[in-house]
Amino acid sequence: MTKAGLRSKDLLGIEPLSPEEIALILDTAESMREIGRRPIKKVPALRGRMVANLFFEASTRTRFSFETAERWLSADSLNFAARGSSVEKGESLLDTARNLQAMSPDLIVIRHGSPGAPHFLARHLRAGVVNAGDGAHEHPTQALLDALTIRQRFGRIQGLRVLIVGDIAHSRVVRSNIWLLTKLGAKVVVCGPPTLLPPRIGEMGVEETTDFDAALPESEVVMMLRMQLERQGGALYPSVREYFRRYGLTAERLGRAHPDAIVMHPGPMNRGVEIASDVADSPRAVILDQVANGVAVRMAVLYLLLGGHPWEADA
Amino acid sequence: MSAPIWIRGGRVIDPASGRDGVADVLLSDGVVAEVGSPPRPSAAETVEAAGLYVFPGFIDLHAHLREPGREDAETVASGLAAAAAGGFAAVCAMPNTNPVNDNGAITDYVASRARAAGAARLHPIGAITKGQRGEELAEFDEMKAAGAVAVSDDGMWLADGSMLRRALEHAGLVGLTVVQHAEDATLSGGAPMHEGAVSTRLGLRGQPAAAEAAAVARDVLVAELARGRLHVAHLSTARALGIVRSAKSKGIRVTCEVTPHHLTLTDGEVARTGYSTNAKMNPPLREASDVEALVAALAEGAIDAVATDHAPHHPDDKAVEFDRAPFGVVGLETAAAVVFDRLVRPGRLTLARFAEVFSAGPARCFGLPGGSLAAGAPADVTLFDPSAAWRVEPASFRSLSRNSPFAGWELTGRPAATIVGGRIVWRA
Amino acid sequence: MGEELLKKTRILDAERIGRMIDRMAHEIAERQRDLPELAFIGIRTRGVPLANRLAARLGALVAQPFPVGVLDITLYRDDLSTVAPQPVLKKTDIEFDLNGRTVVLCDDVLYTGRTIRAALDGVIDLGRPRAIRLAVLIDRGHREFPIEANYVGKSVPTALREVIKVLFQETDGADEVWILERPA
Repeated sequence: MTKAGLRSKDLLGIEPLSPEEIALILDTAESMREIGRRPIKKVPALRGRMVANLFFEASTRTRFSFETAERWLSADSLNFAARGSSVEKGESLLDTARNLQAMSPDLIVIRHGSPGAPHFLARHLRAGVVNAGDGAHEHPTQALLDALTIRQRFGRIQGLRVLIVGDIAHSRVVRSNIWLLTKLGAKVVVCGPPTLLPPRIGEMGVEETTDFDAALPESEVVMMLRMQLERQGGALYPSVREYFRRYGLTAERLGRAHPDAIVMHPGPMNRGVEIASDVADSPRAVILDQVANGVAVRMAVLYLLLGGHPWEADA
Repeated sequence: MSAPIWIRGGRVIDPASGRDGVADVLLSDGVVAEVGSPPRPSAAETVEAAGLYVFPGFIDLHAHLREPGREDAETVASGLAAAAAGGFAAVCAMPNTNPVNDNGAITDYVASRARAAGAARLHPIGAITKGQRGEELAEFDEMKAAGAVAVSDDGMWLADGSMLRRALEHAGLVGLTVVQHAEDATLSGGAPMHEGAVSTRLGLRGQPAAAEAAAVARDVLVAELARGRLHVAHLSTARALGIVRSAKSKGIRVTCEVTPHHLTLTDGEVARTGYSTNAKMNPPLREASDVEALVAALAEGAIDAVATDHAPHHPDDKAVEFDRAPFGVVGLETAAAVVFDRLVRPGRLTLARFAEVFSAGPARCFGLPGGSLAAGAPADVTLFDPSAAWRVEPASFRSLSRNSPFAGWELTGRPAATIVGGRIVWRA
Repeated sequence: MGEELLKKTRILDAERIGRMIDRMAHEIAERQRDLPELAFIGIRTRGVPLANRLAARLGALVAQPFPVGVLDITLYRDDLSTVAPQPVLKKTDIEFDLNGRTVVLCDDVLYTGRTIRAALDGVIDLGRPRAIRLAVLIDRGHREFPIEANYVGKSVPTALREVIKVLFQETDGADEVWILERPA
């Protein structure tokens, strides 16, 4: 057995990870995939460990994916959803977390609307913290499953041209992907209307463009982001139809993409807004692979953070 | 009346009197009696100052003392004790308390709490508008009579130009300066940090530099129109600095202040600390180019004063998510030492200029007594030990609050004693 | 291995190992009544070459191919917390259906029995074999669990401070078995 592992007790983002740690997570996830194909989808690796899922923002797929990962590794989960909870009664994040800590979870998976909420918890709690999405900051497990999917299709990440299209300004998926893809040597181009491109995004090591059509032919990976109509207070784009016209991925546009191009989407999709239905269902779309890889990646993260380090009781 | 104080053997640095050299200082009857080689009266208390600097008592133009209303975060007494521990002989207290200090009675209340505290002096700043609501001017004369030295709606920018004009005209009549917190909220959006590469990386909304610069630009033009005295609070951007410079060169009566954190920290601090709320204040920490411009301007005189914008918050209030936390950091106990260690010691600010921006400069901005050690000046003195090595530990602050961005900093240089009206109110 | 180990003695060479595996294959051919249902599963890492070779040798003997799978038991160990900070997880790869088969589990060294216990859990999670047999190249004694091998290449009594190291051509470039000693 060799010594390998993640340097931190937490996974707060992709930014702090080294390329070696990212590779370790992806390789481990690859090994975890076969568990999902067994008749009995369970291994005892995390038996007796407790994971608390704190989801302050609505989420079905990410929560379900984490819970599945926890179950398949035989860990116990405690689930907390904001609706109908003490948070609605005004309990602060810190108090919620402290109450949880009293039940000795080994790990906390948190999704929250405020950037830095996972960092806040990691500072105040003994348990490890996994960021399942903090506002517009990062969504590390999403980027990891995206990378795993890309790697499965192309055998590598380095040297690929990845085009990410949509509401770049408000997207945590895009930030995590930028970190991961650039750390592994891919070329990233972000594309969207000017109002949805954040200031100085180029300083993160990417190209930016407002011209979707011009960027398509060279892009081996086309990642479409959900147009977050619910996040936009002011009218950042005139209408859905306008958006689709210039930034929607239609079959015709896909035809002008790189011949090997694959289509990705973090979900849930707005068919007809950022992606046409026929494209979403085409063989070049790897969206369902992303979902399957999501469970494997989350299993890998849980295993690497928890396997081998039992939670230490209070002195 | 306390006994005379004879300060022996310190290096007296008093740019207002053109003095920089070892000399003795005699304080008597609440004023500076003589500087040079005054004979020591028999009843005098001797303060040994060999190896120390002797400055005119430092003055902070901008602090939030929270009383009345939030005595859990700070009181006048604890705030003035904190000020004295930071070498400040006088503090100007902003009016955004609860209730707002917008009339003579509250100004009087605050002044009386200060007298009872018996530490640093308190100069109240009254509100510009009643309740700081921006609708009706407050009673400047009443507040001045009760001790107010300036008016401000700090925390907010008085956006209505005609309101500002009238305020400047009326304040001019009464003899008060109008202090503006320059922030166009329609541009800043109340965002929790500076808009730039760091805010983009961190997924946070940002306040563009233009939000401050646009407000300053509007304000100096109105000051010109109203022929009033305008003071720009907590200047933080090179852009706004450029506008103030240009206004001064045109003869517009505008002064400005800068905080120690805007002279030493950038927006990168939010990332470096993992979204610590001790890096969240308004105006926010800006970019390195802004810090450079502010330091240079402070050194050559375009910026008139250093002010702390001391903003205490109860730890529970700051222990929340970054975007929900209140703005503000404390600063009275670290200001002089941080500026000395980070700007004077590396040679970016001269000692004379250091003395000025903490004493004569602030005094001039609001027309306050003090700021010099000339004979007859108030006996407010700050003794400073340039070789004291120490570590900033918020747990041992005199302030009731702990929200400092300098926690853990190792500094060389520290106030040694603070004398107010001829009485030693604090000693290291 | 990270430790300092001294006093290396080679106890088996390639020729003897080859003969041992050959003999084990003959034993299996003789004793197993259910050859058509047999399958081999090698425990990572060095149980795999043993499984492959036994399957090949047996296949040649009875002119019938035998499927071979690879089992990674990292997720089943009961000593995860004591074995280095992070044991590296590799893939389990079993293409055939276990149900109703006789599985011959293969490992290089049988020692405390914990690895085999974990492997039994792993195999049962993957299906319902009719029977499981254990084939090991070396049995060094010091059992902590009540587990015994059905097919043994060689029994080598050892002291606790000794370590048995099996090397295979496929994994290490040579077929050898060594006894190493930890410093006192």
